[in-house]
Amino acid sequence: MLHLTKHKILTYTEIFFIFLAASFLFGTTQNEKPDWEKPYLPKTNNWQAKKQHFIFNNGTDPESLDPALITGVPESRLAAELFEGLINLDPKSLEPRPGIAYRWDISDDGLIYEFHLRKNAKWSDGSELTAHDFFHSWKRVLTPSTGASYAYQLFPVKGAEDFHSNRSKSFDEVGIKVINNHTFKVQLKAPCSYFLDLAAFHTLFPVPVSVIKTHKAQWVRPENIISNGPFRLETWKPRQKIELVKNKFYWGSMICKLEKITVFPYDNLDTAYQLFLQNKIHWMPAIPLEKLSEIIRSPDYYVMPYSGSYFYRFNVTKPPFDDARVRKAFSLAIDRRIITEHILKAGQQPATWFCPPVSGYRPVPGLKYNRDKAKQLLTEAGYGAGGRPFPNIEILYNTSEQHKKVAEAIVQQWKNNLGISVSLRNTEWKVLLSDMDNLNFQIIRSSWIGDYGDPNTFFDMFVTGGGNNRTGWSNKEYDSLLLQTRLELDKEKRYRLFQKMERLLVEEEFPILPLYIYVNQGVLNQSVNGWHENIRDIHPLKYIWLED
Amino acid sequence: MLKYLIYRLLHAPLVLFILLAITFFLMHAAPGGPFSGDRRLDPEIEAAIHAKYNLDKPVYIQFFIYLRDVAKGDLGPSYKHKNISVNEIIGTAFPQSFILGFIAFVIALAFGLTAGIISALNHNTCLDYGVMSLTVIGLSLPTFIIGPMLQLGFAVYRQLLPVAGYEGISSPEYLILPAFTLSLPFAARIARLMRTGMIEILSQDFITTARAKGLPDYVIVIKHALRGGILPVVSCLGPAFSQIITGSLVVEKIFQIPGLGREFVEGALNRDYTLVMGTVIVYGICIIVFNLVSDIIYGILDPRVCYG
Repeated sequence: MLHLTKHKILTYTEIFFIFLAASFLFGTTQNEKPDWEKPYLPKTNNWQAKKQHFIFNNGTDPESLDPALITGVPESRLAAELFEGLINLDPKSLEPRPGIAYRWDISDDGLIYEFHLRKNAKWSDGSELTAHDFFHSWKRVLTPSTGASYAYQLFPVKGAEDFHSNRSKSFDEVGIKVINNHTFKVQLKAPCSYFLDLAAFHTLFPVPVSVIKTHKAQWVRPENIISNGPFRLETWKPRQKIELVKNKFYWGSMICKLEKITVFPYDNLDTAYQLFLQNKIHWMPAIPLEKLSEIIRSPDYYVMPYSGSYFYRFNVTKPPFDDARVRKAFSLAIDRRIITEHILKAGQQPATWFCPPVSGYRPVPGLKYNRDKAKQLLTEAGYGAGGRPFPNIEILYNTSEQHKKVAEAIVQQWKNNLGISVSLRNTEWKVLLSDMDNLNFQIIRSSWIGDYGDPNTFFDMFVTGGGNNRTGWSNKEYDSLLLQTRLELDKEKRYRLFQKMERLLVEEEFPILPLYIYVNQGVLNQSVNGWHENIRDIHPLKYIWLED
Repeated sequence: MLKYLIYRLLHAPLVLFILLAITFFLMHAAPGGPFSGDRRLDPEIEAAIHAKYNLDKPVYIQFFIYLRDVAKGDLGPSYKHKNISVNEIIGTAFPQSFILGFIAFVIALAFGLTAGIISALNHNTCLDYGVMSLTVIGLSLPTFIIGPMLQLGFAVYRQLLPVAGYEGISSPEYLILPAFTLSLPFAARIARLMRTGMIEILSQDFITTARAKGLPDYVIVIKHALRGGILPVVSCLGPAFSQIITGSLVVEKIFQIPGLGREFVEGALNRDYTLVMGTVIVYGICIIVFNLVSDIIYGILDPRVCYG
């Protein structure tokens, strides 16, 4: 009897201490601020009166739903609902927020990340999600036979690139360790200030490795897939529709309001817009541009800056564009407002700089339209009056009405301002890419959409010999600045280094000709709530609800 | 007849092989590959992906590997749709194109034959000119104009039918507008061929004899003229039927039908080699089979034709 009582008392004491420890762990850690979510939740319960069935047009059928293999925006839009990584991004500010990791510790040198995983994280079949799942999923991404195009998103991790390229056979040398079921440790090869952002990227999502082993490529089928995100896959009829339903095992399922999501793959935006007008689609992330003048007046229309840059590349390996003065002259001779105000008309920002304002980065101003200076530069380069005649020049672009109009406007300005005739040639997209890779062009249309919220995603491409450089341009100062940004931990100093790099690109060397910064435009039904604007067009559906 | 059939069937694999070889090497000769994209792949990542799909081997070896797989009934993995095999893509897309195409074909036959016969019987009258003008419109107005016009008329201004989409054969309302759009050019072509055939037959001596015997017009048409008059139509039906059931890019895109026509064109644009090859095989088989069928029907209808 006495024994029993004593035991009980001890148990209460234990519970008290456990509770204390837990509240210390969960309540006062530096990363977990449960309040951050409050502004994203409904203020009233009125939404409960409406059927929470959200329908949107994704514009195409996904190539895959395997987070390790996908590369496109439509795919990532779906993967981010089906799966969840260690980190989530704030729907408005895009700052790192707790995902499967409820908190994380970063060592002072920025090399070691320790992620603490939620104990209530589960797969959609109810089984427990542990650090081992992340370990095996990341290993899968880095295994060459997986064929993951975005494997490089893990290359900041120590030993990852060597393992992927078979330079080291043993995975033990890769800086990924499971400490225990709920602690996951990552060691980087160099500081990477945007690593948390990468941890929110789909390539690094956990996948059910055992299901993949059983079902191979068919694991993403509705009958096989298990996932860990706010929603699970109910139907996938290729080219017809995809249906997601709420995942009741998701740790945060209490804040998901939507019960069902229907995703149409309609690539005919005209048709999709008709369905939108009939209230059969709630959201179209892209609109038929030929109807812009009509749609722009609709209260459902939205437009916001996008983390994408539209520019032309010069082939700097061949005359006349091997001369930086000529490239500069061509850039100075364009009044970009003509393009944005008279052709695009949706508030795109004319840009004499390259990088959009991601994560608080302030791009450099670049050089404004200056016709006289442009002419003078050409004369200095030995062309024009008294000099050599200018050789034949051609702009190569992929077939599209919009690209054509932009190119025509540019050609007209070069004709008027520099007296140079430039011809246009269009090709199929894959042919354009092949010509771009082989430097088989003089001037080529290009664009770049940021992969993550850091200027690095825009600047690392122009490093000497970089796969995405595609201009033949090489600059030692640029390369060394890029190295410095990797070692610099202070954000302000790092951004100043990026600005120096940008100055090389758009004020001095001009391997590229910046034109404008993209906008994101779409239509959203008025009944949709909890949808927030941000520069990367990321809209987690778990915060969305329908209310009249 | 049987000898002819066997002869034609023995030819088929050879025709198919030549078709496959040409398509395969042309596809591989086109610039760009299935995995080239906006973001250029790291050379090591690219090598890993190419090794995974045998794309690192010489093209002729890839062709033999492909032929070996096809012989086993495996059309390979799609390069673009990474979790679906080409067998499955064709297995889901082809029936949808077939259903839509078959309905369109029936509509085209019904309208085309009727219009052609009416025209021929009223040769050089206002009715004839009226019907023939309609067929000119049907032939010259592209489906990408007719489709959206029907959409506007029947789904937007009067919301009688759905704008677009596909819900399977159980919801036929989704198929009405696309089937009509798809059938119009075929109907026009059939009408014109039918008219020509009928006019020629109606001027023949045996028709005059039939008239002299005092047979009513409808008997002359159905019993005597139709059999000969339909021959030009029959000879075009083989290719037309294969074309209509293998799907149309334009109609499928306007009405967002998950059919085979788009898979073919988009497969080519994406350099999805296996998907294009797979659709070419389907198309090739359809052409071979339906040409043979139309030749056989031709022989049955026209006693002068002899397959020896």
